[in-house]
Amino acid sequence: MVTASGTAPPVYGTLTVSGRHQVVAFAIMVVLLVAAPFVIYPLFLMKALCFALFACAFNLLIGYVGLLSFGHAVFLGSAGYTSAHAAKAWGWPPELAILGGTVTAGVLGIVIGALAIRSKGIYFANITLALAQMMYFFFLQAKFTGGEDGIQAVPRGVFLGLFDLRGVMTMYFVVLAIFLGGFLLLYRTIHSPFGQVLKAIREHEPRAVSLGYSAERYKLVAFVLSATLSGLAGGTKAIVFQLASLTDVHWTMSGEVVLMTLLGGLGTVFGPVVGAFIVISLENYLAQLGAWVTVVQGVIFVVCVLTFRRGVVGEVARLIRKPL
Amino acid sequence: MLKRIAIVLAALLALGPAAALAQISDGVIKIGVLNDQSSLYADLAGMGSVVAARMAVEDFGADKKGMKVEIVSADHQNKADVGSSIARQWYDVDKVDVIVDVPNSGVALAVNQITRDKGKALLVSGAATADLTGKACSPNTIHWTYDTWALANGTGNAIVKTGGDTWFFITADYAFGHALERDVEAVVIKNGGKVLGKVRHPLNTADFSSFLLQAQSSKAKIVGLANAGGDTTNSIKQAAEFGIVKGGQSLAGLLVFITDVHGLGLPTAQGLIFTETFYWDLNDKTRAFGKRFAERDKGIHPTMIHAGVYSAVTHYLKAVEALKSDDGTKVIAKMKEMPTDDPLFGKGTVRADGRKIHPAYLVEVKKPSESKAPWDYYKIRATIPADQAFRPLDQGDCPLVKK
Amino acid sequence: MTTVFGIPTQALFGQLLIGLINGSFYAMLSLGLSVIFGLLNIINFAHGAQYMMGAFAAYFLLQWAGLGYWWALVIAPIVVGLIGIVIERTMLKRLYALDHLYGLLLTFGLALVIQGLFRNQFGSSGLPFQIPPELTGGRNLGFMILPNYRAWVVVFSLVTCLATWYVIERTKLGAYLRAATENPSLVQAFGVNVPRMITLTYGFGVALAALAGVLAAPIYQVNPLMGADLIIVVFAVVVIGGMGSIAGSIITGFALGIVEGLTKVFYPEASNTVIFVIMALVLLVRPTGLFGRDR
Repeated sequence: MVTASGTAPPVYGTLTVSGRHQVVAFAIMVVLLVAAPFVIYPLFLMKALCFALFACAFNLLIGYVGLLSFGHAVFLGSAGYTSAHAAKAWGWPPELAILGGTVTAGVLGIVIGALAIRSKGIYFANITLALAQMMYFFFLQAKFTGGEDGIQAVPRGVFLGLFDLRGVMTMYFVVLAIFLGGFLLLYRTIHSPFGQVLKAIREHEPRAVSLGYSAERYKLVAFVLSATLSGLAGGTKAIVFQLASLTDVHWTMSGEVVLMTLLGGLGTVFGPVVGAFIVISLENYLAQLGAWVTVVQGVIFVVCVLTFRRGVVGEVARLIRKPL
Repeated sequence: MLKRIAIVLAALLALGPAAALAQISDGVIKIGVLNDQSSLYADLAGMGSVVAARMAVEDFGADKKGMKVEIVSADHQNKADVGSSIARQWYDVDKVDVIVDVPNSGVALAVNQITRDKGKALLVSGAATADLTGKACSPNTIHWTYDTWALANGTGNAIVKTGGDTWFFITADYAFGHALERDVEAVVIKNGGKVLGKVRHPLNTADFSSFLLQAQSSKAKIVGLANAGGDTTNSIKQAAEFGIVKGGQSLAGLLVFITDVHGLGLPTAQGLIFTETFYWDLNDKTRAFGKRFAERDKGIHPTMIHAGVYSAVTHYLKAVEALKSDDGTKVIAKMKEMPTDDPLFGKGTVRADGRKIHPAYLVEVKKPSESKAPWDYYKIRATIPADQAFRPLDQGDCPLVKK
Repeated sequence: MTTVFGIPTQALFGQLLIGLINGSFYAMLSLGLSVIFGLLNIINFAHGAQYMMGAFAAYFLLQWAGLGYWWALVIAPIVVGLIGIVIERTMLKRLYALDHLYGLLLTFGLALVIQGLFRNQFGSSGLPFQIPPELTGGRNLGFMILPNYRAWVVVFSLVTCLATWYVIERTKLGAYLRAATENPSLVQAFGVNVPRMITLTYGFGVALAALAGVLAAPIYQVNPLMGADLIIVVFAVVVIGGMGSIAGSIITGFALGIVEGLTKVFYPEASNTVIFVIMALVLLVRPTGLFGRDR
């Protein structure tokens, strides 16, 4: 089982009481995100928000259930393709298109989860990786995805019949709303009785089972929830960038979300958000330097695994001695 | 905060009376060269296109005319999402006015759409798909150097007429490969030939053995390679390994550049027949350009894509000078109005659908014994006059063209 | 023209042969992965990058030292194996006490670094590497021309796989290795230097990857990303064969190459996914793989 600091569980207080500090952190985050588009290129921010949601969803699985899924990109990408196709070929309004993508990812989550959930540890990672790769080749061949070209010129449309998404700021605030919605849903899940059982399963599965909890069913539900919210991120991203491409289902994307979560802090609430923003900023900043982006990502991986396993937010949390 | 003040001030200034001469946005004409700089298309375009763009700006004499021109470049890695991101960032944030080159038809189509949405300008030299002047034609884009229809018309026609009437296609599985396969197939069938089979391969494939075997077992007289760059050279090298040509079939390179021939070497490439719209050794003017280019690009002689970038940027600057503005839609319209004239392609025109018109050449790769100097690779077999080289205006389904 | 199930025999045998050649690479690479996982319990995600380094080592030896293919077959694995040993000593060793997934993440990060550095320097289209003159030409088998070099690849990898299997399963050294996998402290108590064995084993697995890279250089073009997509397929092979089972990896590697070749003939669109479909099926029925043991 993977936890932030290795084999020993993190030495914080319990997570049952959502501390005031977490509310403060949340408030700070919201204020920053509302003010940001006026000074920073909104398209870049929207990309970071979509990936932050993706990373938060992924974190549910690895941070709180202890399962490393190495094929999570399949949920991001399949939702992206579905939303793009729905918006472009079927003319659905954006909210329905995104919903369609989310549902697709959820269904895929049920299928893959059912196949994978019986395994643990490395085997689980392997299965998710291979099943995701299978879906990658399906998307490569399927006519509607446009193969290497992807689905292009996806219309943005009018959200809920009220907000014309062609305006950059309107689009941004809709994306922000979606992100905050997903984030809060995950937060509630973690701090609920359901979340407690997940923690119990992660700490000592046989004991949880002996108490009468069906570990497999709980893990499956968490997996599907993680997949669905990843799909929400993917569908939104397709509408924002008006493009769905193979990059989003490729296994390197699965690696990226692991990187974001690891860097931000496994098993912390705000870690994935911070991690996503850092990684996207790095990519943007280093884009002119071409292949250096992958080198830097790899170095961050190595350093994090060797010496920085708690991640940015994890280290901050340790300093203030409160869970974040 | 400061940025907000700046935006408000700029808006106020813009409302003021138009400046006497320059409506050039920010006073700078910014040209963005977007292409593949690290993968299989890096040699035929890549940094060479940046060199060509610089030479065009210098030869135009922008400095002396008081026009400030800047050139930026980026690598789209053959990915539509990377190319789109760069294009958006360039247009929105970095104030780029025109994007040039963009090899890889998938990326070109995506950037085509974005350019249109934002009212900027796109001059495509590298990409091949004839859809850029067909279904996807746009008032903001000019397709410069060549396209899949011209290749099919030149190479396809020539090969079928000399007896190559059964074909098997090995196609790169994306927009370019599909377009090229489609256009060549149409030519083959129009001339009474048959297509015995097709197989698609991913972009940037290393091992063509199973595709070549399929081509072999189809017993088609011609194995048509609907791919480019590294894919084409790999196919040709491995075809030699598997004895395709020895077994009696012929290879048709449907899109080959002089850099590919250089990479393959004359012993392997000799006898290949294909269509290009530029060759550095055509006449004195092209030779002069070729030598100057080679000096600036490590001895590599220009491909038709490099020449196209030079020609397009030259004509663009002329149009901006005449119009005194770099508004994308207006400049493209002006470029269609003005006839073109440059040392590389001679005199030509730009059509309503965005198609640049100039002659094409059917070339054959020389035997090693016939080549007298490095890069002396081609014999010109035929010249296709400009009015026959490209798809007729009324056959393209371009919505901009009134029927 | 004779046909089998409607497919001309020429096409069928041709693709089977290509499949066998691909299978040779799968077998050699999964062998290395299996050896490393068997002893170290680490999924060496950097295996693809190490395969690529082997090919590049061959390229450099030719470019800079004028040493040809035959030298490369010996020198490249040693050089890359040494690099592997350095990696193990400096980085992997620290992770043994932790959950095994951290090893996966570390090697994944290393793969990114190595591939990124090479891509930066050399771009991502291939560098040419000639087939050694002794192995050029082909043999006309009637249904196709079999290039001599590709025949050599099959033979060489078969020999290497069998030799490795023999060493691990039938010699005393191999017995120590297998014992150390089961119970390292006990074996160490008997006086065997287990940490050194682990280091050397990792180096050996990496050297196997590099050897496959040298074999691949003349066919697949030396390219920084040549191992990137291959590694996932090799994982699937190892999982199907049974993680930690040497014989399983070898047999499955060759078998899956042939299955892939057959799929190319009958149902080409599925040829990329067939290995993963098989993997999903095997895992449903036998979670530890065809030849694996429960660990």
